[in-house]
Amino acid sequence: MTPLVLLNARLIDPETGYDGPGAVRIEDGRIAAIAKDSDHPAPDGAEIVDCEGKALAPGLVDMRVFVGEPGARHLESYRTAGLSAAAGGVTTISLQPDTHPAMDDPALLEFALRRAAETCVVHIAPMAALTKGLEGREMAELSFLKDAGAVAFTDADHAVADPLVLRRCLIYAKSLGALVVTHAQDPVFAASGCATEGQFASQLGLPGVPAAAEAMQLSRDLALARLTGARLHADQVTTAEALEALARAKDAGLPVTAGIAATHLAFNEFDIADYKTFFKLAPPLRAEADREAAEQAVADGLIDVIVSNHRPWDEESKRLPFEAAAAGAVGLETLLPTALRLWHEDKITLPTLWERISLTPAKLLGLDAGRLSPGAPADLVLVDTDAPWTLDRATLRSKSKSSPFDRRRLQGYALKTWVGGKLVFDRAEEASS
Amino acid sequence: MTRGGRRQNTLSRRLRGGRRVPITARSTEDRRRKEDALFAHRHLLGIESLTRDDIVTLLDLADDYAALNRQREKKRATLRGLTQINLFFENSTRTQASFELAGKRLGADVMNMSVGSSSIKKGETLIDTAATLNAMRPDILVVRHQHSGAVALLSEKVNCSVINAGDGAHEHPTQALLDALTIRNHKGRLHRLTVAICGDIRHSRVARSNIILLNQMENRVRVIAPPTLLPEGIENMGVEVFHDMAEGLNGCDVVMMLRLQRERMQGAFIPSVREYFHLWGLDRQKLAFAKPDAIVMHPGPMNRGVEITADVADDFARSVIEEQVEMGVAVRMAALDLLARQIPNDRGDAE
Repeated sequence: MTPLVLLNARLIDPETGYDGPGAVRIEDGRIAAIAKDSDHPAPDGAEIVDCEGKALAPGLVDMRVFVGEPGARHLESYRTAGLSAAAGGVTTISLQPDTHPAMDDPALLEFALRRAAETCVVHIAPMAALTKGLEGREMAELSFLKDAGAVAFTDADHAVADPLVLRRCLIYAKSLGALVVTHAQDPVFAASGCATEGQFASQLGLPGVPAAAEAMQLSRDLALARLTGARLHADQVTTAEALEALARAKDAGLPVTAGIAATHLAFNEFDIADYKTFFKLAPPLRAEADREAAEQAVADGLIDVIVSNHRPWDEESKRLPFEAAAAGAVGLETLLPTALRLWHEDKITLPTLWERISLTPAKLLGLDAGRLSPGAPADLVLVDTDAPWTLDRATLRSKSKSSPFDRRRLQGYALKTWVGGKLVFDRAEEASS
Repeated sequence: MTRGGRRQNTLSRRLRGGRRVPITARSTEDRRRKEDALFAHRHLLGIESLTRDDIVTLLDLADDYAALNRQREKKRATLRGLTQINLFFENSTRTQASFELAGKRLGADVMNMSVGSSSIKKGETLIDTAATLNAMRPDILVVRHQHSGAVALLSEKVNCSVINAGDGAHEHPTQALLDALTIRNHKGRLHRLTVAICGDIRHSRVARSNIILLNQMENRVRVIAPPTLLPEGIENMGVEVFHDMAEGLNGCDVVMMLRLQRERMQGAFIPSVREYFHLWGLDRQKLAFAKPDAIVMHPGPMNRGVEITADVADDFARSVIEEQVEMGVAVRMAALDLLARQIPNDRGDAE
């Protein structure tokens, strides 16, 4: 493979905090050398890309992506998810196990990995079911699943209701050194409504779920983490009240982390006005005060990870009355610009932002990614951090076009994406074809 | 003379047209032009989108139709040639009958379609049914649906006028308008009144529409209910909140009772029917806290002995429940008439 040299870049390295000029040499799918100046000498015969001063950073690692394989390939396949991810600058997607059937069997996991290897242009890092059938009753074969390639265990959108079950799962997972990801929404409350309870939902006549449903469940999960000492990651923490509980647990030194979906940083409960079902998400969009608290928590590091929460639905599932419509939206192609907004608003530096969207998720899942150093895999993204654009949902690469960002003005996108040194997305090429 | 008798007289005088200047051809045309300018809506989806002038225009027109409905010859040709479809995804006898009569009296071709919620595969058919019906080229669709926002969604998919006959716990505009007309008939005005809405506010679209309308017309609105039957944030919707009937009814001009759904009676939202009746059921003693001439309303159908006692419901001097039903037809005729005026003659662009 010809060496590839990316010259004249603005390097963003979340590991060292470096944000400055530099160049990267790639050989055999890995980073061979890094130069902290722009005129790095290229070896003879190397392919050279002039980055024109644009930001070159590790590719994004998205911890929460739903793909329809197996069971719902009409919603999203590994191929379309991969194309969508590459266009969004995401080089690793962590799959959620609520497929049909659920990812609770090593054989299924092997099938998924094999299918993905054939068709998906980005890396996949599958999470497996924590309990059989995601039913919250019996523990899945965590060790076999881990051997088959599971990077973490979760019941996805199903909160494990029974504390006995979750406790046993946590201590068992701990013995394997595995990460358990929980869904911090009280299941009974969550099933009772489709919007965050409050005056606005009441005016719309929509059944509400109290914001406290999140803090309640998270507090229980954190108490079990304390009891067991296991590593626990809360998939989405979106309310100020829950963030307080998370802060207390972190202050006490518990090995707990949390994520948030980009949508919950970008929108608040008022966006569901006119019953637009693209804004029907799980958990539902929150009050503005909660959104602001979440933004601050991302800046401070209380929230460790930003995810796309990419959940493809077909048009039929969304063209329904708000209460009856499916919850969730695609997000792989809007994760980067939504995250960049925090930087545009001077809330966070680029290296710190890249910790949230690349380095920390990679570390949590035990992946070798998120770094700009010799020896690291050449999963890179070249970003125009400032380019203004308007999203047209019809142009999304995902099979599903249900994005709340439709016709929204965004800033920043991926120009080129490399996975293992191979160019998998090139905006200029796509524009010319 | 009894209070009821006096009221009946006032009403008949008004219905004879005593309050208004005699209608001449010239003034009719002027008024019509004014109405068209004041009520320029394609759909009637909620009270929220109506201005004060819209409301007054509609109620004034409904007054005329109320008078018409008391005559032997009730038929008009206002909607002749137009097709009205009543599409009910939720069971309803009263509202559907009211809309059907309203359309027929104005000369429209009226068709009823009841799509029981259990027999269909949820909302898919909402848009499918809408598309199918739309292809039959109706001019007005009257729609009731169990989900909030469903009627607005449907209105985006058809090219005829849509009237919301109730969507989930969101709005029921014609009910609020008929309540307003009834109040105006009895109080002589629709402002600076104290109105108490009592009962299951939480699940009630009637309550929401009434709260918006009564606030729009500058009244004082109170809600009286057990806390479990109040929606979150109600205190910021322009109402005073009471949990006690004696306090809440004190000095009220209008007492509006709401229906308590049978499935919400046992344990889920209230401990028992008898406890609810004891604390929130409207009987003579509780009604005595309201003004002596306060009227009692109920959107129906009533649960006698649950939210209201039979003797209060049937008290001719206080209860205006039957008149609400009568005004319902008049208000719906006015709504159909006003919306139909916005329908263009040439609908060739309807593809």
